[in-house]
Amino acid sequence: MNRSQQCWLALAVITASYVIFWLLLLGASAAYATPDSWLRVLASPEIRHATWLSLISCTAAAGFALLLAIPVGYFMSRKSFPGKAWLDAALDIPIILPPLVVGLCLLIFFQTFAGKLIEKVIPFTYTVAGVVLAQFVVAASFAIRTMRGTFDHLSARPEEVALTLGCTRFQALWHVALPAARRGMVAAFCIAWARSLGEFGPILVFAGATRMKTEVLPTTVWLELSVGNLEAAVSVSLLMVLMAILVLVIVRRTGEKV
Amino acid sequence: MIQLENITWSTGARVILDDVTLTVPSDTYAVLMGSTGCGKTTLLEVLCGLRQPQKGRVLIEGRDVTALEPRERGIGYVPQDLALFPALKVFDQIAFALNLRRLPADARVRELADELAIAHLLERQPEALSGGEKQRVAIARALAASPKLLLLDEPLSALDEAMRGEAATMLKRIQQQHHLTVLHVTHSHAEATQLADLRLSFANGRVTPL
Repeated sequence: MNRSQQCWLALAVITASYVIFWLLLLGASAAYATPDSWLRVLASPEIRHATWLSLISCTAAAGFALLLAIPVGYFMSRKSFPGKAWLDAALDIPIILPPLVVGLCLLIFFQTFAGKLIEKVIPFTYTVAGVVLAQFVVAASFAIRTMRGTFDHLSARPEEVALTLGCTRFQALWHVALPAARRGMVAAFCIAWARSLGEFGPILVFAGATRMKTEVLPTTVWLELSVGNLEAAVSVSLLMVLMAILVLVIVRRTGEKV
Repeated sequence: MIQLENITWSTGARVILDDVTLTVPSDTYAVLMGSTGCGKTTLLEVLCGLRQPQKGRVLIEGRDVTALEPRERGIGYVPQDLALFPALKVFDQIAFALNLRRLPADARVRELADELAIAHLLERQPEALSGGEKQRVAIARALAASPKLLLLDEPLSALDEAMRGEAATMLKRIQQQHHLTVLHVTHSHAEATQLADLRLSFANGRVTPL
Protein backbone atom coordinates (compact mmCIF):
# COMPACT_ATOMS: atom_id res chain seq x y z
CA MET A 1 0.00 0.00 0.00
CA ASN A 2 1.50 3.35 -1.03
CA ARG A 3 1.42 6.58 0.99
CA SER A 4 -1.57 7.96 -0.87
CA GLN A 5 -3.62 4.82 -0.23
CA GLN A 6 -2.62 4.88 3.45
CA CYS A 7 -3.81 8.48 3.70
CA TRP A 8 -7.21 7.64 2.12
CA LEU A 9 -7.55 4.60 4.36
CA ALA A 10 -6.86 6.69 7.48
CA LEU A 11 -9.46 9.27 6.41
CA ALA A 12 -11.99 6.52 5.68
CA VAL A 13 -11.41 4.97 9.11
CA ILE A 14 -11.95 8.32 10.85
CA THR A 15 -15.19 8.92 8.88
CA ALA A 16 -16.47 5.40 9.49
CA SER A 17 -15.64 5.61 13.21
CA TYR A 18 -17.70 8.78 13.57
CA VAL A 19 -20.69 7.30 11.74
CA ILE A 20 -20.47 4.03 13.73
CA PHE A 21 -20.28 6.03 16.98
CA TRP A 22 -23.57 7.75 16.10
CA LEU A 23 -25.21 4.50 15.00
CA LEU A 24 -24.19 2.92 18.32
CA LEU A 25 -25.72 5.84 20.24
CA LEU A 26 -29.01 5.55 18.35
CA GLY A 27 -28.93 1.76 18.48
CA ALA A 28 -28.46 1.77 22.25
CA SER A 29 -31.42 4.14 22.68
CA ALA A 30 -33.56 2.05 20.32
CA ALA A 31 -32.71 -1.11 22.28
CA TYR A 32 -33.54 0.61 25.57
CA ALA A 33 -37.07 1.54 24.49
CA THR A 34 -39.45 -1.42 24.90
CA PRO A 35 -42.50 -1.98 22.67
CA ASP A 36 -44.64 -1.18 25.74
CA SER A 37 -43.05 2.21 26.19
CA TRP A 38 -43.54 2.93 22.47
CA LEU A 39 -47.24 2.05 22.73
CA ARG A 40 -47.65 4.20 25.82
CA VAL A 41 -45.99 7.13 24.05
CA LEU A 42 -48.16 6.79 20.96
CA ALA A 43 -51.32 6.43 23.04
CA SER A 44 -50.64 9.41 25.29
CA PRO A 45 -52.84 12.41 24.33
CA GLU A 46 -50.24 14.81 25.82
CA ILE A 47 -47.46 13.37 23.67
CA ARG A 48 -49.68 13.28 20.57
CA HIS A 49 -50.44 16.97 21.19
CA ALA A 50 -46.74 17.73 21.63
CA THR A 51 -45.97 15.89 18.38
CA TRP A 52 -48.52 17.88 16.39
CA LEU A 53 -47.41 21.14 17.98
CA SER A 54 -43.79 20.34 17.14
CA LEU A 55 -44.64 19.57 13.50
CA ILE A 56 -46.75 22.71 13.07
CA SER A 57 -44.52 25.12 14.99
CA CYS A 58 -41.32 23.88 13.31
CA THR A 59 -42.88 24.28 9.87
CA ALA A 60 -44.13 27.78 10.70
CA ALA A 61 -40.79 28.83 12.24
CA ALA A 62 -38.82 27.43 9.28
CA GLY A 63 -41.18 29.17 6.83
CA PHE A 64 -40.78 32.53 8.58
CA ALA A 65 -37.02 31.98 8.86
CA LEU A 66 -36.79 31.38 5.11
CA LEU A 67 -38.86 34.49 4.35
CA LEU A 68 -36.39 36.53 6.38
CA ALA A 69 -33.28 34.68 5.20
CA ILE A 70 -33.84 35.31 1.48
CA PRO A 71 -33.69 39.14 1.54
CA VAL A 72 -31.06 39.29 4.31
CA GLY A 73 -28.86 36.63 2.67
CA TYR A 74 -29.12 38.37 -0.73
CA PHE A 75 -28.31 41.76 0.76
CA MET A 76 -25.28 40.44 2.66
CA SER A 77 -24.03 38.54 -0.37
CA ARG A 78 -24.41 41.22 -3.02
CA LYS A 79 -23.94 44.57 -1.32
CA SER A 80 -20.70 46.04 0.03
CA PHE A 81 -20.97 48.75 2.66
CA PRO A 82 -19.01 50.12 5.63
CA GLY A 83 -19.46 48.03 8.77
CA LYS A 84 -20.52 44.92 6.85
CA ALA A 85 -18.20 42.70 8.92
CA TRP A 86 -19.88 43.95 12.13
CA LEU A 87 -23.37 43.34 10.78
CA ASP A 88 -22.27 39.89 9.61
CA ALA A 89 -21.08 39.08 13.14
CA ALA A 90 -24.28 40.51 14.65
CA LEU A 91 -26.40 38.16 12.51
CA ASP A 92 -24.68 35.23 14.21
CA ILE A 93 -25.54 36.38 17.73
CA PRO A 94 -28.45 33.92 18.17
CA ILE A 95 -26.10 31.07 17.17
CA ILE A 96 -23.45 31.90 19.77
CA LEU A 97 -25.75 32.92 22.62
CA PRO A 98 -26.55 30.19 25.16
CA PRO A 99 -30.13 28.98 24.37
CA LEU A 100 -31.44 29.87 27.84
CA VAL A 101 -30.17 33.43 27.37
CA VAL A 102 -32.12 33.71 24.10
CA GLY A 103 -35.27 32.71 25.98
CA LEU A 104 -34.50 35.14 28.77
CA CYS A 105 -33.95 37.98 26.27
CA LEU A 106 -37.34 37.23 24.70
CA LEU A 107 -39.04 37.10 28.09
CA ILE A 108 -37.53 40.42 29.19
CA PHE A 109 -38.24 42.16 25.85
CA PHE A 110 -41.95 41.37 26.15
CA GLN A 111 -41.96 43.01 29.60
CA THR A 112 -40.85 46.31 28.05
CA PHE A 113 -43.26 48.97 26.73
CA ALA A 114 -42.68 47.96 23.09
CA GLY A 115 -43.09 44.29 23.95
CA LYS A 116 -46.35 44.88 25.81
CA LEU A 117 -47.69 46.85 22.84
CA ILE A 118 -46.92 43.89 20.55
CA GLU A 119 -48.54 41.48 22.99
CA LYS A 120 -51.78 43.47 22.82
CA VAL A 121 -52.00 42.40 19.15
CA ILE A 122 -50.42 38.92 19.38
CA PRO A 123 -49.75 37.45 22.84
CA PHE A 124 -46.39 35.64 22.72
CA THR A 125 -45.36 34.95 26.31
CA TYR A 126 -46.38 31.41 27.38
CA THR A 127 -48.39 30.85 24.17
CA VAL A 128 -48.05 28.75 21.01
CA ALA A 129 -47.04 31.92 19.13
CA GLY A 130 -44.21 32.20 21.68
CA VAL A 131 -43.08 28.64 20.83
CA VAL A 132 -42.86 29.59 17.14
CA LEU A 133 -41.05 32.86 17.94
CA ALA A 134 -38.51 31.10 20.20
CA GLN A 135 -37.83 28.54 17.45
CA PHE A 136 -37.72 31.27 14.78
CA VAL A 137 -35.11 33.55 16.42
CA VAL A 138 -32.46 30.83 16.43
CA ALA A 139 -33.50 29.02 13.23
CA ALA A 140 -33.43 32.31 11.27
CA SER A 141 -29.69 32.74 11.88
CA PHE A 142 -28.98 29.31 10.41
CA ALA A 143 -31.29 29.98 7.45
CA ILE A 144 -29.63 33.36 6.79
CA ARG A 145 -26.18 31.77 6.81
CA THR A 146 -27.35 29.08 4.37
CA MET A 147 -29.01 31.58 2.00
CA ARG A 148 -26.00 33.87 2.08
CA GLY A 149 -23.75 30.93 1.19
CA THR A 150 -26.12 30.03 -1.64
CA PHE A 151 -26.07 33.54 -3.13
CA ASP A 152 -22.28 33.75 -2.63
CA HIS A 153 -21.92 30.65 -4.80
CA LEU A 154 -24.20 32.02 -7.52
CA SER A 155 -22.52 34.43 -9.92
CA ALA A 156 -23.96 37.95 -9.86
CA ARG A 157 -23.38 38.28 -13.62
CA PRO A 158 -26.76 36.89 -14.75
CA GLU A 159 -28.48 39.41 -12.47
CA GLU A 160 -26.37 42.21 -13.97
CA VAL A 161 -27.33 41.10 -17.47
CA ALA A 162 -30.97 41.06 -16.32
CA LEU A 163 -30.55 44.71 -15.25
CA THR A 164 -29.43 45.63 -18.78
CA LEU A 165 -32.42 43.71 -20.21
CA GLY A 166 -34.87 45.90 -18.32
CA CYS A 167 -35.05 44.54 -14.76
CA THR A 168 -35.10 46.57 -11.58
CA ARG A 169 -32.86 45.14 -8.86
CA PHE A 170 -35.91 43.56 -7.21
CA GLN A 171 -36.99 41.96 -10.51
CA ALA A 172 -33.45 40.60 -11.01
CA LEU A 173 -33.68 38.99 -7.56
CA TRP A 174 -37.16 37.61 -8.24
CA HIS A 175 -36.75 36.40 -11.84
CA VAL A 176 -33.08 35.37 -11.90
CA ALA A 177 -31.48 34.89 -8.47
CA LEU A 178 -34.38 33.15 -6.70
CA PRO A 179 -35.05 30.49 -9.36
CA ALA A 180 -31.32 29.72 -9.38
CA ALA A 181 -31.31 29.52 -5.55
CA ARG A 182 -34.16 26.97 -5.24
CA ARG A 183 -31.97 24.20 -3.85
CA GLY A 184 -30.40 26.59 -1.36
CA MET A 185 -33.89 27.60 -0.25
CA VAL A 186 -34.83 23.96 0.34
CA ALA A 187 -31.59 23.46 2.29
CA ALA A 188 -32.21 26.60 4.38
CA PHE A 189 -35.76 25.42 5.16
CA CYS A 190 -34.46 21.95 6.16
CA ILE A 191 -31.79 23.37 8.44
CA ALA A 192 -34.24 25.82 10.06
CA TRP A 193 -36.82 23.04 10.50
CA ALA A 194 -34.35 20.58 12.05
CA ARG A 195 -32.94 23.30 14.31
CA SER A 196 -36.47 24.25 15.43
CA LEU A 197 -37.36 20.63 16.22
CA GLY A 198 -34.46 20.39 18.66
CA GLU A 199 -35.05 23.81 20.25
CA PHE A 200 -35.62 23.55 23.97
CA GLY A 201 -34.04 26.24 26.19
CA PRO A 202 -35.69 29.36 24.71
CA ILE A 203 -39.08 27.59 24.55
CA LEU A 204 -38.87 26.46 28.16
CA VAL A 205 -38.01 29.96 29.41
CA PHE A 206 -40.24 32.01 27.10
CA ALA A 207 -43.22 29.78 26.29
CA GLY A 208 -43.20 27.50 29.32
CA ALA A 209 -43.81 23.75 29.53
CA THR A 210 -47.57 23.56 29.96
CA ARG A 211 -48.98 20.17 28.96
CA MET A 212 -51.55 20.26 26.14
CA LYS A 213 -50.65 23.91 25.53
CA THR A 214 -47.01 24.85 24.85
CA GLU A 215 -45.40 21.43 25.21
CA VAL A 216 -43.26 20.40 22.25
CA LEU A 217 -41.32 17.14 21.97
CA PRO A 218 -38.03 18.34 23.56
CA THR A 219 -40.15 19.63 26.47
CA THR A 220 -41.77 16.19 26.71
CA VAL A 221 -38.32 14.54 26.98
CA TRP A 222 -37.41 16.95 29.78
CA LEU A 223 -40.75 16.50 31.59
CA GLU A 224 -40.50 12.69 31.40
CA LEU A 225 -36.87 12.76 32.58
CA SER A 226 -37.76 15.07 35.49
CA VAL A 227 -40.20 12.47 36.84
CA GLY A 228 -37.72 9.62 36.28
CA ASN A 229 -39.55 8.07 33.34
CA LEU A 230 -36.44 7.30 31.29
CA GLU A 231 -38.17 4.79 28.96
CA ALA A 232 -40.76 7.33 27.84
CA ALA A 233 -38.07 9.99 27.43
CA VAL A 234 -36.06 7.65 25.19
CA SER A 235 -39.15 6.69 23.17
CA VAL A 236 -40.01 10.36 22.55
CA SER A 237 -36.38 11.05 21.60
CA LEU A 238 -36.51 8.26 19.04
CA LEU A 239 -39.81 9.59 17.76
CA MET A 240 -38.08 12.95 17.18
CA VAL A 241 -35.21 11.23 15.36
CA LEU A 242 -37.70 9.41 13.09
CA MET A 243 -39.68 12.59 12.43
CA ALA A 244 -36.54 14.54 11.60
CA ILE A 245 -35.26 11.84 9.24
CA LEU A 246 -38.68 11.48 7.57
CA VAL A 247 -39.21 15.20 7.02
CA LEU A 248 -35.65 15.80 5.85
CA VAL A 249 -35.84 12.91 3.35
CA ILE A 250 -39.17 14.24 2.00
CA VAL A 251 -37.87 17.80 1.67
CA ARG A 252 -34.55 16.66 0.18
CA ARG A 253 -36.38 14.52 -2.41
CA THR A 254 -38.54 17.53 -3.25
CA GLY A 255 -35.43 19.69 -3.39
CA GLU A 256 -33.77 17.39 -5.90
CA LYS A 257 -36.76 17.69 -8.20
CA VAL A 258 -36.91 21.51 -8.21
CA MET B 1 -23.80 56.63 -31.50
CA ILE B 2 -21.75 55.92 -28.37
CA GLN B 3 -19.79 58.70 -26.71
CA LEU B 4 -17.67 58.51 -23.57
CA GLU B 5 -16.43 61.89 -22.35
CA ASN B 6 -13.53 62.04 -19.89
CA ILE B 7 -14.59 58.91 -18.03
CA THR B 8 -12.56 58.10 -14.92
CA TRP B 9 -13.05 55.00 -12.81
CA SER B 10 -10.68 53.72 -10.16
CA THR B 11 -10.67 51.15 -7.42
CA GLY B 12 -8.60 52.10 -4.39
CA ALA B 13 -5.31 53.48 -5.65
CA ARG B 14 -5.55 51.75 -9.05
CA VAL B 15 -6.90 53.86 -11.91
CA ILE B 16 -8.64 51.56 -14.42
CA LEU B 17 -10.17 54.20 -16.71
CA ASP B 18 -8.12 57.38 -16.88
CA ASP B 19 -9.99 60.25 -18.53
CA VAL B 20 -11.26 57.99 -21.33
CA THR B 21 -12.86 59.67 -24.32
CA LEU B 22 -14.16 57.74 -27.31
CA THR B 23 -16.80 58.01 -30.01
CA VAL B 24 -18.35 55.19 -32.00
CA PRO B 25 -20.59 56.44 -34.82
CA SER B 26 -24.01 54.84 -35.45
CA ASP B 27 -24.17 51.60 -37.46
CA THR B 28 -20.45 51.00 -36.89
CA TYR B 29 -18.74 47.81 -35.82
CA ALA B 30 -16.03 49.05 -33.47
CA VAL B 31 -13.41 46.73 -32.03
CA LEU B 32 -11.62 47.82 -28.86
CA MET B 33 -8.32 46.01 -28.39
CA GLY B 34 -6.31 45.68 -25.24
CA SER B 35 -4.40 43.13 -23.22
CA THR B 36 -6.12 40.88 -20.69
CA GLY B 37 -6.88 42.68 -17.41
CA CYS B 38 -6.39 46.20 -18.80
CA GLY B 39 -9.96 47.29 -17.95
CA LYS B 40 -11.91 46.58 -21.14
CA THR B 41 -14.73 44.90 -19.21
CA THR B 42 -14.90 47.84 -16.77
CA LEU B 43 -15.32 50.19 -19.72
CA LEU B 44 -18.26 48.14 -21.03
CA GLU B 45 -19.80 48.02 -17.54
CA VAL B 46 -19.57 51.82 -17.24
CA LEU B 47 -21.18 52.11 -20.66
CA CYS B 48 -24.14 49.89 -19.81
CA GLY B 49 -24.55 51.38 -16.32
CA LEU B 50 -23.36 48.54 -14.11
CA ARG B 51 -20.61 50.80 -12.74
CA GLN B 52 -20.96 54.49 -12.05
CA PRO B 53 -17.96 56.56 -13.26
CA GLN B 54 -16.33 58.86 -10.73
CA LYS B 55 -15.96 61.49 -13.44
CA GLY B 56 -17.18 62.07 -16.99
CA ARG B 57 -20.32 61.48 -19.06
CA VAL B 58 -21.81 58.62 -21.07
CA LEU B 59 -23.90 59.65 -24.08
CA ILE B 60 -26.00 57.36 -26.24
CA GLU B 61 -27.44 58.80 -29.45
CA GLY B 62 -26.54 62.23 -28.04
CA ARG B 63 -28.50 61.71 -24.81
CA ASP B 64 -26.65 61.89 -21.47
CA VAL B 65 -27.38 58.56 -19.76
CA THR B 66 -24.71 58.80 -17.03
CA ALA B 67 -27.28 58.94 -14.23
CA LEU B 68 -29.66 56.38 -15.75
CA GLU B 69 -30.01 52.80 -14.52
CA PRO B 70 -28.87 49.97 -16.85
CA ARG B 71 -32.49 49.11 -17.70
CA GLU B 72 -33.13 52.64 -19.00
CA ARG B 73 -30.19 52.71 -21.43
CA GLY B 74 -31.47 50.35 -24.15
CA ILE B 75 -28.17 48.50 -24.54
CA GLY B 76 -27.74 44.82 -25.38
CA TYR B 77 -24.86 43.32 -23.37
CA VAL B 78 -23.15 39.97 -23.87
CA PRO B 79 -20.55 39.44 -21.11
CA GLN B 80 -17.51 37.25 -21.55
CA ASP B 81 -18.92 34.46 -19.37
CA LEU B 82 -22.27 34.85 -21.24
CA ALA B 83 -24.11 34.68 -17.89
CA LEU B 84 -27.11 32.70 -19.10
CA PHE B 85 -29.86 32.49 -16.48
CA PRO B 86 -29.23 29.15 -14.70
CA ALA B 87 -32.87 28.14 -14.17
CA LEU B 88 -34.45 29.16 -17.48
CA LYS B 89 -34.75 27.17 -20.69
CA VAL B 90 -33.51 28.77 -23.91
CA PHE B 91 -36.96 30.02 -24.99
CA ASP B 92 -37.41 31.86 -21.68
CA GLN B 93 -33.90 33.30 -21.83
CA ILE B 94 -34.64 34.93 -25.18
CA ALA B 95 -38.16 35.95 -24.15
CA PHE B 96 -36.92 37.49 -20.89
CA ALA B 97 -36.71 41.15 -21.97
CA LEU B 98 -40.02 40.88 -23.87
CA ASN B 99 -41.85 39.30 -20.91
CA LEU B 100 -40.60 42.11 -18.67
CA ARG B 101 -42.13 44.64 -21.05
CA ARG B 102 -45.31 42.53 -21.39
CA LEU B 103 -44.74 42.27 -25.15
CA PRO B 104 -45.76 39.22 -27.22
CA ALA B 105 -42.72 36.97 -27.19
CA ASP B 106 -43.43 33.84 -29.21
CA ALA B 107 -42.97 35.16 -32.78
CA ARG B 108 -39.96 37.31 -31.89
CA VAL B 109 -38.19 34.47 -30.05
CA ARG B 110 -38.72 32.10 -32.99
CA GLU B 111 -37.54 34.74 -35.48
CA LEU B 112 -34.30 35.29 -33.53
CA ALA B 113 -33.86 31.55 -32.95
CA ASP B 114 -34.14 30.94 -36.71
CA GLU B 115 -31.72 33.75 -37.45
CA LEU B 116 -29.12 32.40 -35.03
CA ALA B 117 -29.76 28.74 -35.89
CA ILE B 118 -30.85 27.78 -32.38
CA ALA B 119 -34.52 26.94 -33.10
CA HIS B 120 -33.88 23.29 -32.16
CA LEU B 121 -32.54 24.34 -28.74
CA LEU B 122 -35.50 26.34 -27.42
CA GLU B 123 -36.61 23.71 -24.88
CA ARG B 124 -33.12 23.03 -23.51
CA GLN B 125 -31.64 24.18 -20.22
CA PRO B 126 -28.37 26.18 -20.43
CA GLU B 127 -26.25 23.38 -18.94
CA ALA B 128 -27.19 21.19 -21.93
CA LEU B 129 -25.66 23.61 -24.47
CA SER B 130 -22.19 23.70 -26.04
CA GLY B 131 -20.01 26.83 -25.83
CA GLY B 132 -21.02 28.00 -29.32
CA GLU B 133 -24.72 27.38 -28.64
CA LYS B 134 -24.55 29.31 -25.37
CA GLN B 135 -22.95 32.22 -27.15
CA ARG B 136 -25.74 32.37 -29.77
CA VAL B 137 -28.41 32.16 -27.06
CA ALA B 138 -26.74 35.05 -25.17
CA ILE B 139 -26.71 37.14 -28.36
CA ALA B 140 -30.38 36.33 -29.11
CA ARG B 141 -31.29 37.26 -25.53
CA ALA B 142 -29.49 40.61 -25.90
CA LEU B 143 -31.21 41.33 -29.24
CA ALA B 144 -34.76 40.43 -28.20
CA ALA B 145 -35.75 43.92 -27.07
CA SER B 146 -34.28 45.44 -30.28
CA PRO B 147 -31.48 47.55 -28.79
CA LYS B 148 -29.60 49.96 -31.06
CA LEU B 149 -26.30 49.25 -29.27
CA LEU B 150 -24.69 45.89 -28.66
CA LEU B 151 -21.71 45.42 -26.35
CA LEU B 152 -19.72 42.21 -26.79
CA ASP B 153 -17.06 41.25 -24.25
CA GLU B 154 -14.56 38.81 -25.79
CA PRO B 155 -17.42 37.01 -27.55
CA LEU B 156 -15.23 34.54 -29.45
CA SER B 157 -12.76 33.66 -26.70
CA ALA B 158 -14.56 30.50 -25.58
CA LEU B 159 -14.78 29.06 -29.12
CA ASP B 160 -12.27 26.78 -30.79
CA GLU B 161 -10.31 27.94 -33.83
CA ALA B 162 -12.61 26.21 -36.33
CA MET B 163 -15.74 27.95 -35.00
CA ARG B 164 -14.28 31.43 -34.60
CA GLY B 165 -14.36 32.39 -38.29
CA GLU B 166 -17.97 31.25 -38.63
CA ALA B 167 -19.01 33.07 -35.43
CA ALA B 168 -17.26 36.27 -36.55
CA THR B 169 -19.16 36.16 -39.86
CA MET B 170 -22.40 35.71 -37.91
CA LEU B 171 -21.64 38.73 -35.69
CA LYS B 172 -20.97 40.95 -38.71
CA ARG B 173 -24.17 39.75 -40.38
CA ILE B 174 -26.21 40.46 -37.25
CA GLN B 175 -24.73 43.97 -36.96
CA GLN B 176 -25.66 44.78 -40.56
CA GLN B 177 -29.13 43.20 -40.53
CA HIS B 178 -30.17 44.87 -37.27
CA HIS B 179 -28.39 48.19 -38.04
CA LEU B 180 -26.56 47.98 -34.74
CA THR B 181 -23.77 50.04 -33.28
CA VAL B 182 -21.45 47.38 -31.88
CA LEU B 183 -18.57 47.75 -29.43
CA HIS B 184 -16.64 44.48 -29.38
CA VAL B 185 -13.71 44.13 -26.99
CA THR B 186 -10.97 41.61 -27.61
CA HIS B 187 -7.24 41.05 -27.42
CA SER B 188 -7.21 39.33 -30.85
CA HIS B 189 -5.80 41.19 -33.87
CA ALA B 190 -7.39 38.60 -36.18
CA GLU B 191 -10.90 39.43 -34.90
CA ALA B 192 -10.25 43.14 -35.31
CA THR B 193 -9.02 42.65 -38.88
CA GLN B 194 -12.04 40.53 -39.80
CA LEU B 195 -14.77 42.61 -38.15
CA ALA B 196 -13.81 46.21 -37.45
CA ASP B 197 -15.10 49.29 -39.22
CA LEU B 198 -13.33 51.21 -36.45
CA ARG B 199 -10.35 49.94 -34.47
CA LEU B 200 -9.51 51.32 -31.04
CA SER B 201 -6.65 50.52 -28.71
CA PHE B 202 -6.97 50.48 -24.92
CA ALA B 203 -3.82 50.65 -22.80
CA ASN B 204 -2.83 52.25 -19.49
CA GLY B 205 -6.41 53.35 -18.86
CA ARG B 206 -6.68 55.31 -22.12
CA VAL B 207 -8.34 54.68 -25.50
CA THR B 208 -6.70 55.72 -28.76
CA PRO B 209 -7.78 55.10 -32.39
CA LEU B 210 -5.61 52.69 -34.43
